[in-house]
Amino acid sequence: MALVEVRNLSKIYHLGGEEIRALDDVSAEIEGGEFISIIGPSGSGKSTLMHILGCLDSPTHGTFSLDGTEIQNASRAEQAKIRNQKIGFVFQFFNLLPKLSVLQNVELPMIYSGISASERRKRAMAALEMVELQNRTKHRPMQLSGGQQQRVAIARALVNNPKIVFADEPTGNLDSHTGSAILALFKRLSEEGRTIVLVTHDPNIAARTTRRIEIRDGKIAEQVDETLAGLKPR
Amino acid sequence: MNIFNAITIGFKEIWAHKFRSLLTMLGIILGVSSLVAMSALITGMENGMKESLVQMGGIERIRVEDQDIPPYQSHLADQAVGNTVNDVYALQQSAPLLRAITPEMRTRNATMTRSDKRFSSWNFVGTWPSAIEINEHTIEHGRMFNEIDDENARNVCVIGTAARDALFGSPEELGREINPVGEQINISGEIFTIIGMFKHYESEQEAKKRELAKSQPPPDPSTVQRSRGRSGSRSSGGFVWGYKNSTVYIPLNTMWLKFRAATGTENMPDPRLSQITMKVRDINQLEATIQQARNVMMITHRGIEDFSFQTQENWADQINSSIRNARMSGGFIAAISLLVGGIGIMNIMLASITERIREIGIRKAVGATFSDVFIQILVESMVIAVVGGIVGLFASEGIVRLLQMLSPTENTPVITVDAMVVAFAFSLVVGILAGIFPAMKAAKLDPIQALRYE
Ligand SMILES: Nc1ncnc2c1ncn2[C@@H]1O[C@H](COP(=O)(O)OP(=O)(O)O)[C@@H](O)[C@H]1O
Ligand SMILES: [Mg+2]
Repeated sequence: MALVEVRNLSKIYHLGGEEIRALDDVSAEIEGGEFISIIGPSGSGKSTLMHILGCLDSPTHGTFSLDGTEIQNASRAEQAKIRNQKIGFVFQFFNLLPKLSVLQNVELPMIYSGISASERRKRAMAALEMVELQNRTKHRPMQLSGGQQQRVAIARALVNNPKIVFADEPTGNLDSHTGSAILALFKRLSEEGRTIVLVTHDPNIAARTTRRIEIRDGKIAEQVDETLAGLKPR
Repeated sequence: MNIFNAITIGFKEIWAHKFRSLLTMLGIILGVSSLVAMSALITGMENGMKESLVQMGGIERIRVEDQDIPPYQSHLADQAVGNTVNDVYALQQSAPLLRAITPEMRTRNATMTRSDKRFSSWNFVGTWPSAIEINEHTIEHGRMFNEIDDENARNVCVIGTAARDALFGSPEELGREINPVGEQINISGEIFTIIGMFKHYESEQEAKKRELAKSQPPPDPSTVQRSRGRSGSRSSGGFVWGYKNSTVYIPLNTMWLKFRAATGTENMPDPRLSQITMKVRDINQLEATIQQARNVMMITHRGIEDFSFQTQENWADQINSSIRNARMSGGFIAAISLLVGGIGIMNIMLASITERIREIGIRKAVGATFSDVFIQILVESMVIAVVGGIVGLFASEGIVRLLQMLSPTENTPVITVDAMVVAFAFSLVVGILAGIFPAMKAAKLDPIQALRYE
């Protein structure tokens, strides 16, 4: 059984009487250990899909399972626990808590899993070492560069040892050089066996993943547009 | 997330907005401290009132007074004898529920003089030695007159300090205490020997003030002048104290024989009393005791009900009800101010969660549940209230002092532990109530909308 099984997911918004199908009958599977990108133009529904798969949002129709759990049957508290234990998020705008130090930000998920303070510290330090920020533990997010902030976010995403990491345009707010370094980090994590789902509109980034799901107007494209997917030069 | 983490976050959040938190707490601080201070003032008042009740014999004291003959017995009016010493003897014989009993005969317009000094007592009474016990008197110098003095109708008297002050000079004026025992004074033309003096009666508050004044270095003449002005108020620290200090007791027989005309009972065969005063053996049997005494007196009065029993229960009830009213209205006002403090907390918590929508979204994204967020916000609100409450408890002492300075009262305010516990519990409840709605709002936030919130 695949790590993530998506069956006929739809997400419909109603805006002033108009119906917006952000997702339209999407089905897909993601295997454990995959390094996969969800690609599509802006507004195609990538983030919507990622939020649903990450239990941050719920679909209008359809079902999906994550690591054997049918999410539509899970209560809100169970979904919070799944987010806490099985999922790591990396966002375009980092989403760190500005009032907390780097270390405290990385410890945050463990606070909600009831891990003791000393264990929290140990694991947060290990995660920060993995992203090579062990010397910045006392800094505030605002005292770090964009790339460093994103690495803190990655450390936070990994600290509870999740089954899957969702990264929504993780390089979208970084210069190309820094972005490239972040992608290299993801690549390394993937090689270490983690499941990573990268959401992007950028063909060059999609090209660096091992598989691509293309999404257009809320639907999965039957055939991956090779140019868009970065497999062929434009 | 455990409670300890939530409290830590709460304190950090408050510390991050020190000024705002302080302003918010101020409502609770004032509410709690005014509640405690109000209660302290009222407790002081209550103590003062109860103290004076005790000075007047407490609730065990009953008086028998004359009463107009009831209309259905009006044809017997000429047989009515009033209250006499015979009643006292009969009660002593046949009313065992009474512990002590004493007759009192008063005159109007008794004037005491000594050389050029004069004193008119409000409380010039001919009585028995037992009056000293019933009316809670204490002898400071000399002695009370005894049965022999009474039997022989000797011209002896025991006086209160107000009489001494007027006739011999007060300690404040003279700078020393005069013991008038053995001196002679003139009471409405008769020469009396002073054989005893009561102690000076005053409220605790007054006693303290006097102690304080004593321990102070001797005042210079100009302040003496002023303090002399105040010495007049020495006995006016409350009606009860002044009344007791102006007491002049003489034996009942002396009163009857020497001042018969003045008592208005000249033509009576038996000495007619102004009142009979007695004490109940057991306060829980007050009703039964009165019934027993009434039965005895119905016989001595040959069925004519020209007397009535006056207890001090009404007085005690009055004290209790006025204290209850004062507490109710004071508590109500303080509770409103606490409520306003609570609204302040709710307001600031709502503003705070609006500022922190993104933070809440992030916390939810990494696994915070509904109850995690709910508890965090609720604890923050409670921390504000509890810190405010604790500060308020300390501030109440200051508020009491301030109130004392602005309007000195007769009674010392007493800050009670009860009041502090109630006020603190109140602040805690206010903190919880104020936090529930904002906490609910924050906990219900949709994670994705919270994350997208700009
Ligand atoms: N809360 C919302 N209300 C209405 N429409 C929405 C909402 N969220 C997303 N959409 C719409 O859904 C579509 C998909 O959005 P999104 O998933 O953010 O696209 P992408 O991430 O691929 O750029 C867009 O047309 C967007 O306007
Ligand atoms: Mg997007």
